[in-house]
Amino acid sequence: MTAVTAAGASSAATAPTRTDVVRRQRRKKIALIVALVLGAGFPALPIVWMVSSSFKTNGEIFEYPPRLITENFSFDAYTAILTDPEKLRFFFNSYFIAGSVTLLTLLVAVHAAYAFSRFEFPGKRIINVVVISVQAVPPITLLIPYFGLVVALGLYNTYPGLILTYMVFTLPYAIIMMTGYFNTLPKELDEAVKVDGGRPFTALWKVLIPVSVPGMVSVGVYTFMIAWNEYLFALTLTRTNDMRTVPIGIQLLMGQHAYEWNQMMAMSVLGCIPVLILFLFFQRYFIGGMSAGAVKA
Amino acid sequence: MTATLTPEVKEEHRPEEPPSSRVRLRRLWDRLTPYGFLSPTLVLLIILMVTPIVMVIGYSLMDRVITAPESNFVGFENYMQVLTDPAFANAVGNTIYFAGISVVAHFVLGIAFALMLNSPILGHKTKAIFRTVYILPWLFTIAIVAVLWRMLLSPNGIVNYLVETLGFSAGSVEWLSDPSLALPAVTFINIWSGYPFFMVSLLAGLQGISRDLYEAATIDRAGPIKQFLHVTIPQLKPIIISMALLDFIWTTQQFALIWMTTGGGPIDRTEMVSTYTYKLAFSTYDFSVASAAAVVVLVLSMVLAFFYVRHQKSRD
Repeated sequence: MTAVTAAGASSAATAPTRTDVVRRQRRKKIALIVALVLGAGFPALPIVWMVSSSFKTNGEIFEYPPRLITENFSFDAYTAILTDPEKLRFFFNSYFIAGSVTLLTLLVAVHAAYAFSRFEFPGKRIINVVVISVQAVPPITLLIPYFGLVVALGLYNTYPGLILTYMVFTLPYAIIMMTGYFNTLPKELDEAVKVDGGRPFTALWKVLIPVSVPGMVSVGVYTFMIAWNEYLFALTLTRTNDMRTVPIGIQLLMGQHAYEWNQMMAMSVLGCIPVLILFLFFQRYFIGGMSAGAVKA
Repeated sequence: MTATLTPEVKEEHRPEEPPSSRVRLRRLWDRLTPYGFLSPTLVLLIILMVTPIVMVIGYSLMDRVITAPESNFVGFENYMQVLTDPAFANAVGNTIYFAGISVVAHFVLGIAFALMLNSPILGHKTKAIFRTVYILPWLFTIAIVAVLWRMLLSPNGIVNYLVETLGFSAGSVEWLSDPSLALPAVTFINIWSGYPFFMVSLLAGLQGISRDLYEAATIDRAGPIKQFLHVTIPQLKPIIISMALLDFIWTTQQFALIWMTTGGGPIDRTEMVSTYTYKLAFSTYDFSVASAAAVVVLVLSMVLAFFYVRHQKSRD
């Protein structure tokens, strides 16, 4: 920041020559990269320490003075997690639930968004306001009656119980983002299908959805993360360990053993890698889709 | 808008023909179409959102719900108990501190990092690498964040080592169990884990600002700071406001982070409205009073949501 302002001030003072401009440009770039590297310590250092700890023995985690890599460097903590069927089940549950929530949320949200984007109908405003405002309903408010409700519906300690619950929290945002995305697409696109005698349903699936893939990917990644992160309902609506998800599994690890820190860190790293790959793979779509929905043309 | 136009266009082709029953059926069908598209959403929201809200409001007006077979209508008695409880006032205060500081810090870090990452002088590869590093904390589930920071902030942990080595304090600091440090410590953890969401949205917003505006500002001899204040901020304002409101609403609802780091303690220094309500329900099994607390939390959230909705509507 300071380098940028200094460069701006000197430009006002004297008429710059060509080499001056090049040099100043390079100096600016170096200053910016230094600032970015320093700033990166804030997000990265804790994570570096997490990875480092996952390769240590449990006794070395809090050794003094701390070392990044110790002579006992090993994959033991990873082996312990990956050979334990109970812990593998946590991962499977998390992916299965988050994946299902993502697909179903997208499926339901594109239809709702299509209605909001392309139709005028009585009650549209009210329904729209309800969808926006339910985003603010605190999970804790729903929790008390929820338990009884889910038991009554026969969904306690089941996958559908958690999947449908998470959809309540992911749908509103997905609908709002997809409505914003559809609004940026010209109406002539789907009108053409309808004039040719096609039904609105055809217009949605044949025309709008194929061109909305970037928006759907960004909403999808976001939805996946919400479902993947959820803790409160996963804790309350499941009873047996074979239905628990990764967040609850990590907490169980804290209770069961006398703090196997290296295993907890290994499980954390393992839990992050697939999300990281997902993000790296889709990040171009992701930032682009965010801007389409959030900025709104 | 255009959807309503289409049937009229069709009618113009055959104006004399009286509407046959088939045409009328078709029109009724057309009018029902948007509701059809909305029906899965509506069914889900009515069963799993509206129903529990109605139930919790019902519970909050009765005594001994869930635990006893019979319960009586007691009016606002449970509400009186919650609203006069000093522990609840304390939880509200902590929640406002926690969420308020988090949102401000998320914004400051988010905009600073987004501006750096959006600079045109950086190459695409460099940008992509740094962007990924800066987004990292967001990719960790809150349970992992909690466990990680418990390790880092442990009395024998790396943070204490660094603080000691740099000469700021002697001896180990109990970040999460010292009554005067616990709330700032959990707030810091939340800042660390939450700023990328703000940053990504602002980055998307920055990419949407037309370059012409900056060129015009440069011609007007506006420096980088003036450009930031008079071009960047006004252009990002709608995103900033909706992100800040959403972030505030969500942060006030944070449960997992608190529950897995301090559990609301030491004493009740990090008690939030969410942990307060959870404990009333699932530790003391006082579901009636807990329901009243849950409804109070809902009302407070809805007040915030009102501003959020009004802001979203004004953008349309």
